[in-house]
Formats: sequence, structure tokens, C-alpha cells
Amino acid sequence: MTMADHKTNKDQRYDRQLRLWGDHGQEALENAHVCLVNAAASGTEILKNLVLPGIGAFTIVDGHRVSGEDVGNNFFLSSDSVGKNRAQATTELLQELNTDVSGNFVEENPDRLLDNDPEFFHRFSLVIAVQLEESTCLRLGSVLWNAAVPFLVCRTYGLVGYMRLVVREHTVVESHPDNALEDLRLDQPFPELTNHITSYDLDNMEKKDHSHTPWVIIVAKYLQKWCREHDFQLPRNYKEKEAFRQLLREGIRKNENGTPEEEENFDEAIKNVNTALNPSKIPTAVEDLFNAEQCENITSQSPAFWVMVRAVRDFVQAEGRGSLPVRGTIPDMIADSDKFISLQNVYRERALQDAAAVSRHVESHLQAVGKLPECISEQDIRLFCKNAAFLRVVHCRALVEEYGVDTVHKDEITSCMDNPDSEMVLYLMLRSVDCFYQQHSRYPGVYNYQVEDDIVRLKLCVHSLLQEYGLTVNVKDDYVHEFCRYGAAEPHTVAAFMGGAAAQEAIKLITHQFVPFNNTFIYNAMAQTSATFQL
Amino acid sequence: MADGEEPMALDVGSSGDWDGRWRHVQKFLERSGPFTHPDFEPSEEALSGFRHIHVVDMDTIDVSNLNRQFLFRSKDVGHPKAEVAADFINSRVPGCHVVPHFKKIQEFDESFYRQFHIIVCGLDSIIARRWMNGMLLSLLVYDDGVLDPSSIIPLIDGGTEGFKGNARVILPGMTACIDCTLELYPPQINFPMCTIASMPRLPEHCIEYARILQWPKEKPFGDGVALDGDNPEHIHWVFQKSLERAAEFNIIGVTYRLTQGVVKRIIPAVASTNAVIAGTVPSRENTALFAYVPLNNYLVFNDVDGLYTYTFEAERKENCSACSQVPQKLQFPPSAKLQEVLEYLTENASLQMKSPAITATLEGKNKTLYLQTVASIEEKTRPNLCKTLKELGLADGQELAVADVTTPQTVLFKLNFTS
Repeated sequence: MTMADHKTNKDQRYDRQLRLWGDHGQEALENAHVCLVNAAASGTEILKNLVLPGIGAFTIVDGHRVSGEDVGNNFFLSSDSVGKNRAQATTELLQELNTDVSGNFVEENPDRLLDNDPEFFHRFSLVIAVQLEESTCLRLGSVLWNAAVPFLVCRTYGLVGYMRLVVREHTVVESHPDNALEDLRLDQPFPELTNHITSYDLDNMEKKDHSHTPWVIIVAKYLQKWCREHDFQLPRNYKEKEAFRQLLREGIRKNENGTPEEEENFDEAIKNVNTALNPSKIPTAVEDLFNAEQCENITSQSPAFWVMVRAVRDFVQAEGRGSLPVRGTIPDMIADSDKFISLQNVYRERALQDAAAVSRHVESHLQAVGKLPECISEQDIRLFCKNAAFLRVVHCRALVEEYGVDTVHKDEITSCMDNPDSEMVLYLMLRSVDCFYQQHSRYPGVYNYQVEDDIVRLKLCVHSLLQEYGLTVNVKDDYVHEFCRYGAAEPHTVAAFMGGAAAQEAIKLITHQFVPFNNTFIYNAMAQTSATFQL
Repeated sequence: MADGEEPMALDVGSSGDWDGRWRHVQKFLERSGPFTHPDFEPSEEALSGFRHIHVVDMDTIDVSNLNRQFLFRSKDVGHPKAEVAADFINSRVPGCHVVPHFKKIQEFDESFYRQFHIIVCGLDSIIARRWMNGMLLSLLVYDDGVLDPSSIIPLIDGGTEGFKGNARVILPGMTACIDCTLELYPPQINFPMCTIASMPRLPEHCIEYARILQWPKEKPFGDGVALDGDNPEHIHWVFQKSLERAAEFNIIGVTYRLTQGVVKRIIPAVASTNAVIAGTVPSRENTALFAYVPLNNYLVFNDVDGLYTYTFEAERKENCSACSQVPQKLQFPPSAKLQEVLEYLTENASLQMKSPAITATLEGKNKTLYLQTVASIEEKTRPNLCKTLKELGLADGQELAVADVTTPQTVLFKLNFTS
């Protein structure tokens, strides 16, 4: 197969996902190398959902031997696998899902790797650990934090799923918000827009043209009229907006009998008055970025993201006159082709101009720290400007802070527990079974004969946990009982759910598109509910 | 412990099971707990459930399926999905017995569906969902107006679109059915014809122009050859024509990918969201069959920004045309034309029929008033559309029987004349 054939085949194969994250997102995926620690069912389910979309490479670290129990819940093991190293056995069956992906394994216990070669983990784009004991997890977390490698912890414990994201700073340009407001600048039109609006003479147009003038022009025209008559103030409250709508209604052409004609574009204008009058202001989230230390101090180490944030800030203070670069897209609206296209081009050209101005700021910052302007491409700058209103930065703090007695998020935990059945209780139970494991070197209730006595022991763990952190909350006995019932089982259905959820978060981290959760996700498979906490 | 130990031999017992096989599941089926249903009796029998599975799928495997449909490989492209899936599972999961059916769901009747304990749907159209819904409703048995619970076959229905998904539990006759919540489904985007024909603004308009107007006119691959979205040559033709149209109007943005997306109405899809929804299904099955008390039957999921789940109780519609057993009413003046009735049946948000066939009993005989799906009958009955209900001989309180692809059963309507 030639290179071109291979590319076409990949385009076809990945078509349905390329429509979500684009070719550049796919490229990021294909350049990524993910490490999975522990090839338990939850882990292989996660990897399946990364291998299928074409992750560049994966490496599984696992020192366990495959048991009968493993084969019972893991789709990527067969009865032949028993006794083999689990990393090796699962790699084979995961690899065959997609020959584009490079699958590797290390037959080693993560604790040993941390002892002998912690730098092993530095090479990965992302490390995912599943079903990992607390102490190893904290050790690994510390190594990855210091190396600035993102860390995703995932567990399936009975009918409870858990995920924790640990990442110093994750920047997102393309957050793809579901309901984005349009960037029409009708409250403060830029000069080219004003000129374009002025070129329309609504009163003297032919009827056909009148009915096919874009609503944006209509609203802009009537806003000009309104402002002249209202001391240059835009309609502010409900009463004024209603009056403005009435003004628009009166603009509808009438026939000989005086009845208003059907002009759908005017109907659109009236419907869109509220949106049109949305003030074009900079979202708080973006203002926060402008005020961040990383934006203020641009150095040669500054990631491209922050250089561009700074450049946009500079733009806002200069050419932008307090506004972000124009986005350049407009929604579809009733209009004839010419009028729509020429209006669209006004916004588009302005967006290009603004991006060029931002680009000059980028260049001057890069030069100031001794870097070449080519470091940040025009394409990246344009994409950044287009998404300027939707930028997001996510910080998910280190595990050591979550676990620290002085740094635990006491208030978050206590207020959630006002509802004793909040998913927060499941988090507390997971922490408690970890305490149990520390004390007894096993999880509670694994064997039937243990269940009854373990309920008492687990309850003691719950109490000591709450005491250690000074949490005055009530953990119902029912949950202690339930967690003993689980016997640390990993039912496949919960593993499959978590496999999907975690894989998607991994894809977000690798592609820097869409927004990852922050920072703890709990899934209750009994009630089929979930919650996200910041711990 | 990666030392050189002897690998354990797997002792496969007579049941095909080995030591520890069910250990992860046993905890749930053999132990009761504080949140299990009061009627739940822990036992070992439940373990043997779900070994016998039938799969019905009329599709063959396409290369674009491979990014998420993990039972299929490149070598399987072109083969029936049901058969390849069954083979894969039967060899990967010992003791599991999957029977494939490379057929449409509509090719089976009540005798087929009656044998199952539960039906799980991952259909790609609302029409198909409604059909299955109607089929299970038709299996319900009422003794003296009281529903016999043993005739209920639960339906678990799941669907995804990009990073969004939903899964719902339907207990036919008891909980909300598909038709009860028809308005939840978003309407399909269709551009107005005048925009496509004379006022294109978006690249999509140019593509629809090529598809809807140019193709039937120019018949590029021969008379009567329909546009096949899976044929790259067809798509390429549409793509070229769209580019020409776009150039005429200075519209940018027509790409091959967009062309294919518009023609095939492609919905983006990824492995992860599908895995999440698939992962909820067995839990939904469990709520329908086993241990936990089902309160909320409809789950929605969205992981565009963080992860979001929401479950609620979809409520039954009192006068649902599928499950309420309330006779459906049609209110029209006697001077209304049959065409108006037809439009009502297709356009009403709760009915959304596709191509209804209307029959009535007149002078003791069953008469077809209008039927679209057979060309000769369509031609013969077409004049009836312009006739008034009175002219057609229909009376106040008359029953009209309506058949449509959205339901396996005929729907009975009562005609009420308004003044």
C-alpha cells in the first residue's frame, strides 16, 4: 500500500472521529505514547478506547500473573493466558485491535520501577494507573508531578467507579463550547462593519432586496436610528428592547392595503434582538488569564499558549480597543447569497486583520526572549484568535495536597456530605478501604467468611479517617456494609463505563481539545449517577 | 511477581468454567446488601444468565466502523456485522452462545421476539426504535384489563452522538415507551428548498443542491440509479458539482468530508462515548431484571466539558398513540380534504408518521383511502386526497385504521367531525 493509499484508508477508518477533533487532533493522538499501570479490566477497557482511535503507542507496566479471576472479567485475556504475565498477555489482544498502534509491555511491578528507574515514566504523554494501591499511587503521583507528566488514576471498586486527574497546568484553545454566543459586535461595530451597514439604503431598496437583507444589517441600521434618537444609548432594559422590536416591526414593508408583507428576515431580526444586544465584553475566564502570572512574565520557557494569551492581551489594550480579536464567523440567516457572503466577508476580513495584529505582538514577545517567530505558526495564531473567548486552563492539584491533613478540602467534603447519600460518601469509603488495605494488607470482604468481621474493621477505618482529617460528617452504616459486600470486585460493566470515561479524558489531555474534568469523578453504578468534586 | 514460576494450568470444568471465572460477579449475585431490592434472593443461578444471545443486524461492516466497533477488523469489511460479531464473541468468551441474524428487525414476527427475556437496542433510526417498541407492546397480555407482568419484555435502548449519549429502560405497558417521548428527539435539519435552489449561503446548501436537484436531473450514472452515499464515485460527483455551485456564489468551505457528511447525514462517533453508554446497559438490564430498584429510567451522558450524567423518570404520555390504549382522535370538519388528514399524521409532533396508509370500513367493506408505498395503489388512491371526508363517505365517529413503518401494528383513530 502506498503512502497515499494508507492515508486514505486512515481517513476512512477514522472519519467519524475526525469530524470531532479534526486532522490536527488526530495527529496529536498519533504522536502520543500512553503508559498504563496494571492491565486489570478497567485498564484494558481504557486502552481499547485509545487503541481503536489510533493512539501512537502504549506501554503496559504490570508485574501480575494472569489468574482465573482476571480472565473472568477481562475481554483482553483468554483462558490460554492464565499464568502468563498480565502485561504481555493483554498487549497481544489489544495490539490486534489496530495495527497502526505500537503496543509495548514491561513485566515489572510499578513499585520496583519507582525504586530502580523512576525516570522511566518521564517519556510518556500521559500515565494512567488502575487498581493501584494507595502507597504506590502516591509515590507514582509524586514522580509524575515533578516531571510535569499528566497522571490519570482510575478505579473500579464494586459498583463504584472513580477517576482522579492530576496535572499541573492543562491549556485548552479549542474547548468547543456547546452554546457559544455569536460575536457580532453590534453594540460596538468596527469601522468596516459600520461602512458596510451604511452602504445599505433600506428605505429605497427594491422589495426583493429588502426581504433578503440579513437581519444583522437590519438590526444595525435600526440601532443607528435608535441611538440618534436616544442620546447614543443602546436599548438597555426590557421596555426599551420591546420598543426597539416595535421599531423593527414598523420597518416591515406594507402592501397597497397597508398590511405588512411577509418578510422573514425582519422576523429573524426581531427574534434576535436580545442576542444582538449582548454586550461584546471579554469573559471573566479570559480576564483571569490576562491577569495570570504566566501571562505577565513571558520567558523563553513560556509555552506557546501563554505567549499568545499575552499577545491577545496586548491587542486588547491597543488595536482591539478593549475587545478581543473578532471571531470572523456569523450564523446562517435569511438573505440572498450576495448580501450574506459580503457581510460574512466583512467579519472574516476583520478577523484576519486582528489575527495579523496579534501575530505582530507574538513576534515581538518571541524576539524579546530570543526565539524565532516561526516557533508559533500563523495557523495556530488564527485558531487561537478564533477561540479567544473560549480559552480554558485547568489545574488539578497534586495528590499529596489532597491527602495532606493541612491541605485537604475539608469544606468541600463537609458541605457535600450535608446530603449523606451524596457521591462524596463513596469517595470517603474508597479512602477507607485504602486505610483497611494499609492495616490488613488486603481489601475487606474478599472472601465470604470475612464479610461480617470486616464490616466492624472497616467501620473503624472510616472513623479513624474522619478523625484524622477532622471531618464531622456522618457515614451511614449501609455504605460500610455495601463496601464489604463488594469484596474489591471489578465487575466488567463498571470497568467498561470507566474505560470509556477515562479514555475520553485521556483524549482531551492529548489533543488539548474539549475540557477535562477537575479533578475527581465518582460514578455510582447502583443508582447510575455521577458527580465531580475538586479535591 | 515476575519470577520464573510454572504457569498454572487452567482447569476447565464440565460447564466450561474455570476456577475464579465468576469471582468478580459472584459478590453481587450471591450476597445481598442494603441497597438491593427487597425481593432479591441471592443465588448462583443468576450466573448462568446471558449466555444465550441473539443478534439481529442488517448491515455489513464498513471501514469507517473500525474506529469504534471493536469486534470487527479490516479483514471483515463487507461481511455481515451480526455474523462476525457472533463468531468473535463465541471464540473469545467460552460458553457464550451468540446466534446471528443477518436480517432487518422487521423480518421477524411476534413468535421470534416472544422468546426473549430482554431486548437491547442500538439502532440508528427512530423509525426502527418505534417499530421495536410497537412489537413489544403488541406482545402484552391483558387479563380483564389487567396487565400480565410475565408478558412484559423489557427494552433497553441506547444511542450516542459524538460525546453525547443516552440509555433508557422501557418496561412496555408500565413505563414510558419510545412514542411517549417522541418530542425528545431533535428534528432532522432540512434546508428550505428556495434557499437550496436560488439563494445558497453555506457550503451545505451547495451540496444539497447537487444531491437533490442536479442528480435527478443529470442522472450521471444512468437512468433510475439512485445516489448511493457509500459509493465514492457518487460522492465525488456530488463534491465536484458542489464546488462548481459554490464557486458561482463565492462560497468557501465545500470539502469532500463535508460532502460525505451532508449526503450520508453522518453523525460523528467515537469508541469512548459508545463504551460509556454500553457500560450502562448491563446495569440497566440489572435494574430491569435483578437487584436494584429502578427509579429513573432515562439516563443522559455528555462529556464535552468534564463529565455529566443525569437520570430522570421519563413519564408515560396519557394518550400515547403507541402504548396508552386510549383511542386516538382525529378532529376535522367534514369539508376537510383527506390531504389534510395525511399531513396531520406526518407533521404532528407526537405522531410523526412517515408514509401512512389509511383504510376505513365503508358499506361493510374494507376500503383503502390512500396508500403511498405501492406505486399502483398510490396512483389509484391519489384522487382521494383532494376529496373531502364527507365526499369519501366517512361518518362522524368512524374508525380509521392507519398503517405505517413506525409501528408493526395498525393504529386505530376515531374520526370526530367538528363544525
